[in-house]
Amino acid sequence: MASTIRVRAIANGDTTEVQSLIQHPMDSGFIKDSKGELIPAHHIEVVQFEHGGKTVFTALWGPAVAKDPYLKFSFKGASKGDELKVSWVDNKGQSDSLVAKVQ
Amino acid sequence: MILSPDAPACARRTVLKGVLAGGLAGLGLVEASMLLPAYAADAAQWPQDAFKQKSEADALKALYGKTAEVSDKVNLDAPEIAENGAVVPITVTSGLPKVTGIAVLVLENPFTLAAAYKIPEGTQATVANRLKMAKTTKVVAVVESDGKLYSASKEVKVTVGGCGG
Repeated sequence: MASTIRVRAIANGDTTEVQSLIQHPMDSGFIKDSKGELIPAHHIEVVQFEHGGKTVFTALWGPAVAKDPYLKFSFKGASKGDELKVSWVDNKGQSDSLVAKVQ
Repeated sequence: MILSPDAPACARRTVLKGVLAGGLAGLGLVEASMLLPAYAADAAQWPQDAFKQKSEADALKALYGKTAEVSDKVNLDAPEIAENGAVVPITVTSGLPKVTGIAVLVLENPFTLAAAYKIPEGTQATVANRLKMAKTTKVVAVVESDGKLYSASKEVKVTVGGCGG
């Protein structure tokens, strides 16, 4: 199965800019399906980015984050070729993770 | 079935059920949970209480335990008109020192708090994400700097709501 995570981390000097896209329905719990029944909330709760054994960024998300969520942030201290680990877990206990290389 | 994130033992069981039901790629899940030994604790670090609040003050109290003061050092970049409330790009940046957290609140949504970010030392005080908005609303960006909260807000006109109904 292809990963749900797409991430690009580009080092520019001391700063690394990270952009990620995660495939996830992010159902808010307020939308009805074609039968008029509410689709239960199904959303990512925690996304974590780790570099060199240290968490460099944590996202805590509620159901108001848009479908297939996009994220961009920057951190210091990484260089080209370093590993950046991305992992998420949702409110149904599903999860995924990926290790990307800093470019 | 909605899984309550504050029941780690339950979470494990639900995962197993999911695997048995064949609805999920079992192998991928097992692998992920081995890579993430603290996975149950991760779900527990989600501030459930804060995400359930319906006002700005209550959400901030639940999340940080304090109130925010308006500051021009918090920059909230949001469109003036969002044609599609399901995907509204929001960027928060701050020039404040010792930033440890950023939160975005959408005041007219059913639950006010949309997203909260933890910013460790070495990570810049900037984040871009996309949020859903039910209708025309005030959006508030909150930055935690040196133990205090600072905020900025902006009105976003939504022509098609993004929360169904």
